[in-house]
Amino acid sequence: MFDSLSDRLRSTLAGLTGRGRVSEADVDAAMREVRLALLEADVNFKVVKDFVARVRERAVGVEILGSLTAGQQVVKIVHEELTTLLSAGDGTLRMPGMLPVIALVGLQGSGKTTTAAKLARYLVKQGRNPLLVAADPYRPAAADQLEILGKSLNIAVYRAPVGTPTVQIARDGVEHARRIGRDVVIIDTAGRLTIDDALMAEIRAVSDAVKPSETLLVVDAMTGQEAVTVAQGFAAAVPVSGLVLTKIDGDARGGAALSIGAVTGIPVKFLGTGEKTDGLEVFHPDRLAGRILGMGDILSLVERAQESFDVKQAAKLEEKVRKAGFTLEDMLDSMRQMAKMGPVGQLVSMIPGMGGMAKEAQAAVDRGDLKRTEAIILSMTTKERRDPSILNASRRRRIAAGSGTSVPEINRLVKQFAETQKMMKRFAGPGGKRAAMSAMNTMKRR
Amino acid sequence: MPFFRRPGAEPKPEPAQPEPAQSEPAPAQVQPPVQPQYAWGADWSAEKADAARREAEREQLEQGLEKSRTGFGARLRTAFGRGETADWDEIEEILITGDVGAALSMSIVEKARKRRDLDPEAAVRAELEAIVSGRGAGPWVPQPAAPGAPAILLVVGVNGTGKTTTIGKLAAREKAEGRRVILAAADTFRAAAIEQLRIWAERSGTELVAHKQDADPAAVVYDALDAAIARGADLLIADTAGRLHTKANLMDELSKIRRMIDKRLPGAKVETFFVLDATTGQNGLAQAKAFHAAVGLTGVVLTKLDSTAKGGIVFAIERDLGVPVRFVGVGERVEDLLPFDPQAFVAALFD
Repeated sequence: MFDSLSDRLRSTLAGLTGRGRVSEADVDAAMREVRLALLEADVNFKVVKDFVARVRERAVGVEILGSLTAGQQVVKIVHEELTTLLSAGDGTLRMPGMLPVIALVGLQGSGKTTTAAKLARYLVKQGRNPLLVAADPYRPAAADQLEILGKSLNIAVYRAPVGTPTVQIARDGVEHARRIGRDVVIIDTAGRLTIDDALMAEIRAVSDAVKPSETLLVVDAMTGQEAVTVAQGFAAAVPVSGLVLTKIDGDARGGAALSIGAVTGIPVKFLGTGEKTDGLEVFHPDRLAGRILGMGDILSLVERAQESFDVKQAAKLEEKVRKAGFTLEDMLDSMRQMAKMGPVGQLVSMIPGMGGMAKEAQAAVDRGDLKRTEAIILSMTTKERRDPSILNASRRRRIAAGSGTSVPEINRLVKQFAETQKMMKRFAGPGGKRAAMSAMNTMKRR
Repeated sequence: MPFFRRPGAEPKPEPAQPEPAQSEPAPAQVQPPVQPQYAWGADWSAEKADAARREAEREQLEQGLEKSRTGFGARLRTAFGRGETADWDEIEEILITGDVGAALSMSIVEKARKRRDLDPEAAVRAELEAIVSGRGAGPWVPQPAAPGAPAILLVVGVNGTGKTTTIGKLAAREKAEGRRVILAAADTFRAAAIEQLRIWAERSGTELVAHKQDADPAAVVYDALDAAIARGADLLIADTAGRLHTKANLMDELSKIRRMIDKRLPGAKVETFFVLDATTGQNGLAQAKAFHAAVGLTGVVLTKLDSTAKGGIVFAIERDLGVPVRFVGVGERVEDLLPFDPQAFVAALFD
């Protein structure tokens, strides 16, 4: 619903190419757009004011570099300034000593329990052995939720009998971790309002009792202008050392993080994406700056692709392509690999200028097109998978019945496969790997 | 397999609580956290109960808004305090920091400036009131979705806005009004969501229809609807999983629930409440639009209004979508769900 700021800036300043320098009038027009966009992104009003003043100062009279337009030049300055603001503080997780404690605090519904599970999983990947402590005795079934999540991850969860005071739960949890030989404790606390004196006193007592090395404030990316007040409220009670910005997989711009960083200096440490326990990303200031600007996020895309892409399998595929012996089975394999990289839309949306397409691709995957293709291929005999040309009408009817699809769908898949195969043959030869990658992308986006 | 839970006791009107005096507004009483407040004896007339209740509710709302008032309202007063030379920029700032949104704030200020008949405060107030008055006027009374069927209420929203808690409070409220309420645990996704709703059902003495974790939410609602019709329930409230409005498949799942109700009860009038966290910023409008497109919203429940947040995004939602705020949540107790009173809401901001 929001036009991307970078696009708006470019069009506002489109006619200014080649004038040599950015004039004051250009900047005024641009700054109006910047102000609106940042406010729409829920960046705090005062932060916007300061920010706009600073960018204006930098932008007026700036020489327009070689191939850039005035608009691009201003976008560049805005991006740099945003990145600087978001880079406040140290974004790494501190875990000193034998048994560091990480406490998660925040408002109700910001996503603390889900984040606790994600963080535990992240730490396991780092070679740690965490214990989750359910220290939310107020919300009905909160401890159950954490226990279920812990069980699904095979990570131990400590919960106390009903009626145990929160401070006691935290203390016992840490003691329990020591006893069973864990090396990091994650405490999930109850959601609370900063103006609730009793509960703020409680969280302070918990903090004093277990002395966390990290106190992470969990903030919903959709939070509006109150974000700064909330962060200040928590920081006044407990030593908040970092932010986790959650629900960033929605379309909120996440201006809250910028506001909190700018006013309190608390660094963002993680981003929460999605409800699954693997949805926790290390924070990169320049990328969030790009998101607030609507500039896309190429780096995250590349990184995710690298993480999930199985090099061995890719090499095998390359070999197949070279020999042009690419079968439906291989297609299924590569599709599954693509699926492993996460929702297509999430990937595609990171490519600048691909917003609309991303939505479509995401919808296709979400609606289960991929699953249907999988079902169709799995309903074929091995012979059919290796040589689709033997698929006559009767075989197609059988496959349709077996996969719960329809004959036209099978026809479409076969035709598409034939095209892919043709394309693959063309790519066969030097540079095969890149060809294979791009061919897979084509298949995936059918 | 679905299983049905029935609490032992029938809903019985509680003996009248300390009766609020008729002529004088009830003193701000601290309610015990266990009993729903609105349990009226049989000797009470509907109007009397209504009047007394409205008074108590208004006070509660005022208390809930007290904190935001000292921020938002106090600053507005300061801005207005300069009388005729009110600093419009400052007024705009105050609206924006209340999450009303930059564009809407500017347009409200612009309109208010043109009004020569009112002073600046009254003008801005009138503009704000004009947006949220009207559609949501009058108390919300569940209406049968079809002849012989219960009222059906779907509760939707993004993750963590307080859907389950709102349902718990609403169930207690309707139960106290003497309605037979059935809850459908159609959030089959989030870990322990069913358990959370079960606890609320027990607290409010309402019935629960639940399947297992990961069951088809539409099937849960279908069974609950059957149960509600068979038992002659007055109101069916369906809890749904929180979902980000940008996830097409999850929004489709919601539409499917809606279609399933249409199939079971053709032409049914279904209420759909969108639960919105008052701390939500401009993204709230995008959320409301997406949910409106998927299931057709009939009301907004603005939760966590007892925080320092102002919930100003509801102005944009009502203006753009015509969906009125129905209830506000002002605390964690069962009775902390109040009918939205547009005049009181705007007045409390300015008080």
